[in-house]
Amino acid sequence: MQLFMNIMLGFLLVCAIAVSLSKNLLNSILIYMSFSLVMSIIWILLESPDLAITEAAVGAGVTSVLFIITLKKIHAIIKTDKEEEDDE
Amino acid sequence: MSKRVPEEQYKKTFSFRFHQWLNGTKDPYLDTVELRPQEEPKQTDEDLEQEAKQRIIREERAYNLEHNAQARLFSKLYRYFAVIMCISLALVLLTGVSYLPKFGLMEHPTNNEVPARYIEQGLQETGAINIVTGMILDYRAFDTLGESHVLFIATCTVLILLRVDKKKERESESNNDRVYEPKNDVILQTVAKYLVPFIEIFGIYVILGGHLGPGGGFSGGAICGAGLILYLNAFGFAKTEKFFTGKTYKAMCFGALACYSLAKTYSFFTGANHLHSVIPLGTPGAILSSGLILILDICVGLVVAGTMYTFYVMFRKGDY
Repeated sequence: MQLFMNIMLGFLLVCAIAVSLSKNLLNSILIYMSFSLVMSIIWILLESPDLAITEAAVGAGVTSVLFIITLKKIHAIIKTDKEEEDDE
Repeated sequence: MSKRVPEEQYKKTFSFRFHQWLNGTKDPYLDTVELRPQEEPKQTDEDLEQEAKQRIIREERAYNLEHNAQARLFSKLYRYFAVIMCISLALVLLTGVSYLPKFGLMEHPTNNEVPARYIEQGLQETGAINIVTGMILDYRAFDTLGESHVLFIATCTVLILLRVDKKKERESESNNDRVYEPKNDVILQTVAKYLVPFIEIFGIYVILGGHLGPGGGFSGGAICGAGLILYLNAFGFAKTEKFFTGKTYKAMCFGALACYSLAKTYSFFTGANHLHSVIPLGTPGAILSSGLILILDICVGLVVAGTMYTFYVMFRKGDY
């Protein structure tokens, strides 16, 4: 179980660094979502299921949806050049 | 006895000027400042061309890194200092963490008589099997009341900030709302049709089972709100507004908060005066047990579900 915990903590670190290094804002939000999911697994390992449910619902669900809707409002979800070429 | 004063003389008195100032009938800039309508700036094509040329020159000077040594130095130093700043911040925080006691040891300062009391007598005193719920909704219910109000205040702030007031803008916003996404997506609608009832039932189960197992008002309410958001995304505002509008939210939130306050006032009153509370604790493990906790859980759940949904609607449309 300790090994699994360490792997999850490693995932947390990877996610946290990847959020700040990602160029695309939408990707950042998705990585942040996975950060919250990993965090909720860690809460279960720490034997606090109450927090795990809340983290999964609020952190991975509602907050990310609010972030995405904000990105859409400010027209920040744009296609990269490669995708546009593919469309054409 | 008051005496009559001619109007011209009265106009010179202090009280007249004071009245004018108070009512705002006197324009203080009239007759003292020269007022002239602003001239419209004349712009010929040559001027525009010159401006554009100058702008290009300025931009080249500022952003062309090859000829701008200052900018080059800044962009290099910026990276180094950013990295140094991040590393030093991480070091400071890690040093702070290293002074914390190790995780899960017996001789912690937190292992005093308070958790002992919660663990040993929590079930008797609150009737909740889930100690966490017993703590947050019975021993520390006052904190939770504050938290619910914080949520309500946050919604009010979002309403103030994001509400679209003018009717025309509102119409255009709601018309533009679904321009960028496919309307009536079949996959999304089919998935939502089968998934939303289960999400809602699970949310209600989490709310109602707060005193029996993991869960409670906040997490259950968040799940319910997320289910509502999924439904809204699939079927649009026309369907959700049949059962959930701004009025519904206000009534729901007010009712839940008032109910919470009244219930807690009663328990504070009886507790502070050493009176016997008439609300039975019931048998631990039954759904109708543990006194007020179930009611408080439902109240918190209603507030949280409404708040999550309202946040989403405000961000998306600006109005119900």
